[in-house]
Amino acid sequence: MVKQDTTALLASYRAADRVKQVIEKIHQRTSRPWSLMEICGGQTHAIMQYGLDQLLPGEIELVHGPGCPVCVTSLALIDQALWIAQQPDVIFTSFGDMLRVPGSHGDLFSVRAGGAQVRVVYSPMDAVKIAATNPDKQVVFFGIGFETTAPANAMAVLQAEKMVLQNFSILPAIVLVPPAMHAILSSPNNRIQGFLAAGHVCAVMGYWQYPPIAEQYQTPIVVTGFEPLDLVNGIYRTIDMLESGRVAVENAYPRVVTYEGNQVAQKIIDQVFEPVDRNWRGIGTIPESGFDLRETYQFYDAAHRFGSTDIDTAESEVCIAGLVLQGIKKPFECPAFGTACTPLNPLGAPMVSSEGACAAYYTYKRG
Amino acid sequence: MGQDQSQLPHIQGLICPLPHTHTETVVIGHGSGGSMTRDLIANIFQARLNNTILAEGNDAARIHFAEPTGIIAVSTDTHVVSPLFFPGGDIGRLAVSGTVNDVAMLGAHPSYLTAGFVLEEGFPIDQLVKIVESMAETCQEAGVQIVAGDTKVVEKGKADGVFINTAGFGVIPVGRQIGGQYAQPGDAVLISGSLGEHSIAVLQARGELGFESGIQSDVAPLNHMIGDLLAAVPEVHVLRDPTRGGLGTSLNEIACQSNVSIHLEEHLIPVKPDVRVACEMLGFDPLYLANEGKVIVILPENSAETALAALKKSPYGTLSARIGTVAERDPGQVLLHTAFGTTRMISMLSGEILPRIC
Repeated sequence: MVKQDTTALLASYRAADRVKQVIEKIHQRTSRPWSLMEICGGQTHAIMQYGLDQLLPGEIELVHGPGCPVCVTSLALIDQALWIAQQPDVIFTSFGDMLRVPGSHGDLFSVRAGGAQVRVVYSPMDAVKIAATNPDKQVVFFGIGFETTAPANAMAVLQAEKMVLQNFSILPAIVLVPPAMHAILSSPNNRIQGFLAAGHVCAVMGYWQYPPIAEQYQTPIVVTGFEPLDLVNGIYRTIDMLESGRVAVENAYPRVVTYEGNQVAQKIIDQVFEPVDRNWRGIGTIPESGFDLRETYQFYDAAHRFGSTDIDTAESEVCIAGLVLQGIKKPFECPAFGTACTPLNPLGAPMVSSEGACAAYYTYKRG
Repeated sequence: MGQDQSQLPHIQGLICPLPHTHTETVVIGHGSGGSMTRDLIANIFQARLNNTILAEGNDAARIHFAEPTGIIAVSTDTHVVSPLFFPGGDIGRLAVSGTVNDVAMLGAHPSYLTAGFVLEEGFPIDQLVKIVESMAETCQEAGVQIVAGDTKVVEKGKADGVFINTAGFGVIPVGRQIGGQYAQPGDAVLISGSLGEHSIAVLQARGELGFESGIQSDVAPLNHMIGDLLAAVPEVHVLRDPTRGGLGTSLNEIACQSNVSIHLEEHLIPVKPDVRVACEMLGFDPLYLANEGKVIVILPENSAETALAALKKSPYGTLSARIGTVAERDPGQVLLHTAFGTTRMISMLSGEILPRIC
C-alpha cells in the first residue's frame, strides 16, 4: 500500500509531459542570459541524472553550488577523523560516502584496510546502538551534513546522554547554508543572479532566514525540491522573478517546506549545537557557518575527547575543487578531470560523493 | 579432595572420558585431513552431492563430456556473501548458480563443477548441511554434477562462516561464437527480467534496509533458459549475466569489448516497484545493483521477438524485455535515453559502498 503510493507519488513528479509543459513555459519566459545556482548537491545530481539542463534555453546557465557536505568538509577535519579512527579501541562510524574522501594521506577505506574499525551507518542513531552494545570501545560518529542532518546528530547526543553512554561521541562537521549564500553573493567574482534554495534544508529550517539575503543582494530565491517537476518549477519561478525584476523568496516545494520549518527539530538543534566559524574545503573559513556542540555537551565531542591533533594537511596541487564549489569553474575545466581524477581515484572531494559536481559530471556527461 | 569415595556415584571413578564427537559445530580437526575430515566429507558432502565420479574418491576427477567435439568453457568464482541465508536463496544456491551461469554465458552446456569450502571454526554443522542440501538441489535443477571438492577449516575469526569456491566446466558446441566482443551495430539488447532483486534481498537480510521489502533474490541457474533460447535463436551474439556492478557495468564492458555504443530506453528497463522504492530510500541506482538470475542478450534485431518469446517461456524470464539497441557511433559508451527526451551517460560503477553480496 505504502509502496504503491510512493511509486505513484514519485511518478507524478517525474511525468514527462508535465515536465515538458514547464520547460515550454521557461522557454517562453526567457529573454536574456541568466545564471542560477542550485545550492544542493542532491539537486545537481538530479539535474544531471534526468538531463534537465539539456532541456533549458541556452541563455540559462545552472551553476552548481557547494551543497555537498562530503565535498566541503575541511581537510583538517578529515585528517582528524582518520587519526581518531586509528586510535586503539575506537569504532569509527560514518555515512558511506565519507569513506572514500581523500585526506592528506589516505582515506577511511585505507585506514580500515590497515586494521582500524570503520563502519558505515545510515544514521547517527545506529552509532549510538553500536556504542551501547560495545561498552569496551569508543564509538565515534563523523557528524557531517547540512542543517538536514543536524537534528539526527543532536538526537544521537541526547540519546547517548539519556542512556548514560560514556563511550559515544561525534566529530561535529555540520555546515550551514545561509552563511555560504552570503559568502557566494558577497564575493567579487560572484555571477549568481538567482538561487534555487535546498528543499531538504528548508524542510528543517524553514525559509525565514532567506528574505534578508534576497533583500541585501537583490537576488531572488526559490525553495526547490528534488524531483524533475520540482526542479523545473523552481527554475521557472526564479526566471519569472528575474525577467520581471522582482526580488522575493518563494516556496516552490510547499508539500514539504513551510516558512517556519520544523520547530521541534530547530529547538533540539539549538539545545545541542551552537554556530561557529567553519573552514569549507576549497573555499575557506566562512563566519558562523558550522555547528559545534555547546559546552554543556562537550563530553560528547570527539575532537575534545581525543584531544587536538597537529596534522600537516596537504591538498592536491592540480585540483580546482574550490573554484568548482564556488561555481566559478565547471568540473571539465579542471586539467585532472576524468584523467588523473576519477571517482575511483579522486583528487578532490567533489569527485567522491554522488552529490559532488565533479562526480555528477563524470557519471552522466563526461567530456 | 577429601571426599568419601563411597558417596560418589559408582560409575564416575571407572570410565575414561569419551572424546567429544563434534557433530554440532565445525572444529579445527575437521580440516586436519584425517578421519574427522573423512567423516565430514562422507556424512555431509558425499551423502548429498554424490555421483559416480565423486565416489571414485581419487585426488582428481576424471570427466568426459557428452559432446564429442567442441571447446571447453571453464569458469571459477568464490562466494563470500554475508549473510549466508537471504530471502530467495543462500550461499549454496549462489555458488552453484553463479558458476553454472558464467559457463552458460559462452553458450556452453555446463556439466561439471568443483567445490572448495573454507569453513570457520565453530560454524554450526546443521547450517552447513542446509547449504550443501541447497547446492544439491540447485545442481539437480541445473543438471550438473559436483565432481571434485576440498574442505579447509580456519580458526575462529579468520573467515565469516563459510566461503565457497566453485569452478565449472562445459562444452561450447562447434561453430558457436558468443562473447562480449561480438555485439554488432544494429543489434537489439534484451534483459531477461527485472533488476536489482539480489542486492536488495541481501541488504534486507542484513537488516540494513530499515524497512520490510518482501523482495526475494533472483539467484537461479539459467542454463536451461539459455539452452532453450539458443535452440530458438542460434544467432545470439552476446550473453552476459549482470552480477556485481549491475546492468550498467556489464553493458559498459560489452561496449568496450565490441567497440560499439549501447543505447537504452529508460522506460523499457524492468524494475519492480519494491526495488525502486528501496533504491529511492537508499540512494541506489537499480542499473548498478547485482543480479544473480538475469541475462543480457544481444542479438540481430530481426531475431529479437523470437528470442523474447523463448525467454518468457522460462519461469526465470517472464519479465524479459527489449531495452535498447547497439550503435556504431561513440564507441565504448552506454547512453540512456530518458522519458524527457534527454540523454545521459551510464558509466561503470566505480567504488563499492555496498557490502558483500555474492
